[in-house]
Amino acid sequence: MIVNSGDTAWLLISTALVMLMIPGVALFYGGMVRKKNVLSTMMMSFGILALIAILWVLYGYSLSFGPDKGGIIGGLDWTGLMQVGQEPSSVYATTVPHLAFMMFQAMFAIITVALISGAVVERIKFSAFLVFAVLWFTLVYCPVAHWVWGSGGMLAKLGALDFAGGTAVHVNAGMSALALAMVLGPRKGFKEGEHMEPHHIPMVVIGATLLWFGWFGFNAGSALTSGGLAASAFVATNTAAASAALTWMILSWVHRRPTILGTVTGAVAGLVAITPAAGFVPPLAGIPIGIVVSLICYYCTLFRAKRRVDESLDVWAVHGMGGAWGAIATGIFASVAINSAGADGLLLGNGVQLAKQAVAVATVMVFAFAVTWILGKVVDAVMGLRVKEEEEAVGLDISQHGERAYGGISG
Amino acid sequence: MKKIEAIIRQERLEPVKAVLEKRGIVGMTVTEVSGRGRQKGVALQWRAGEYRVDFLPKLRLEIVVKNEDVDKVVRIIARSAWTGKVGDGKIFVSPVEKAMRIRTGESGEKAL
Repeated sequence: MIVNSGDTAWLLISTALVMLMIPGVALFYGGMVRKKNVLSTMMMSFGILALIAILWVLYGYSLSFGPDKGGIIGGLDWTGLMQVGQEPSSVYATTVPHLAFMMFQAMFAIITVALISGAVVERIKFSAFLVFAVLWFTLVYCPVAHWVWGSGGMLAKLGALDFAGGTAVHVNAGMSALALAMVLGPRKGFKEGEHMEPHHIPMVVIGATLLWFGWFGFNAGSALTSGGLAASAFVATNTAAASAALTWMILSWVHRRPTILGTVTGAVAGLVAITPAAGFVPPLAGIPIGIVVSLICYYCTLFRAKRRVDESLDVWAVHGMGGAWGAIATGIFASVAINSAGADGLLLGNGVQLAKQAVAVATVMVFAFAVTWILGKVVDAVMGLRVKEEEEAVGLDISQHGERAYGGISG
Repeated sequence: MKKIEAIIRQERLEPVKAVLEKRGIVGMTVTEVSGRGRQKGVALQWRAGEYRVDFLPKLRLEIVVKNEDVDKVVRIIARSAWTGKVGDGKIFVSPVEKAMRIRTGESGEKAL
């Protein structure tokens, strides 16, 4: 195992790119809430960045990628980065230092937990969210990451393809978001039809832009090498984001006007959908994948609103359903001509791959929803998930963090 | 002394200000406000679907004038802020008991 400097450079840069997605999520979500809750919303991403970064090096990496235990979970052999050093691993990314692969994967774990926060903004108690995050990371993220990417993981062994996290990240976060929002209940005024107006759409646009930018690391970095496959995934990623952004723009235009909030949401949906597929499908498959994901996510957002479920920032609709479509689409468009480590999909006559993808999606959906529901109930029973009514009324920035975003009337 | 309080469309501030200035009225305080009247709200779009915003942005002008100037100023504002469509706003006039210029301590009409 010799360290390749090109691969290592690209993976380190990709890791930093994915890191930038986390404040990207903070801005993306922060702009969509009311101004009294913008700091608390951003804190849920930034706080998670710090918290999970520590848990990952202490035990998370080992649980996710450590030596397999029955296809279910990694062993504790790599706890505290034992045996994880400057030499490449013998199983993962064998041309880069094991530490680099470990750090790249850390960012995926962090962003997955941060994504869930969008479901519960404006009323969850910060302390309860942190406790939930530790439990969820340990009991949901680590096992699922192991199933999907771990050597010997059960979904990997089944042959399900997930290039950069359609199931492990997006379906996982989306279904968990829905479960946690249902346990937590709606924001005050939501049932009465009060609309929670986004307070700063330019912030949402900046956040989406950082997400698109960082996603090049997320997807093209997942090639784990610096070469043709990374380039192919890069092009697929950009193409899907653009295709989905255009589609959502048109959908909002057909409704009345082409909104930028809709267009950037479409871009994110496209990035979600191409995530599992990026390194397995021809780059131009990004076009149909992007068109279909915006249609799915747009109508899921409407459906969610009609059912009066306060999954506030549509993590389920965009990440859950968008990720599910991406995983299914991988089973349709995949080609071994793109990636010899992959498989052919339905269009190349291999319908079995589509079935494998569906099994992976269904498994992660059920597991994530069920375990998150239970964890939510447990945290609620032990310490209460929700802030007090008057704390919610005054806003979480002041009640949870003692700060306000846009203060100061003098000078 | 009377206080004239006018709620007007944002885009009518410049014409109102220009005519008042020509007629010798320079002092005023302007605040951004939100309000509702017969105009009702507007529909805005969310990611998918839309929602109504009841309160629309307006400007509030506050001008304190001598009694004899009241009719003139009200007429100017009413004419310059007018578009003829719902949502042009309203003007209120109320008595002012006292006024003082903080810098010099002058009071009454001299402070205006």
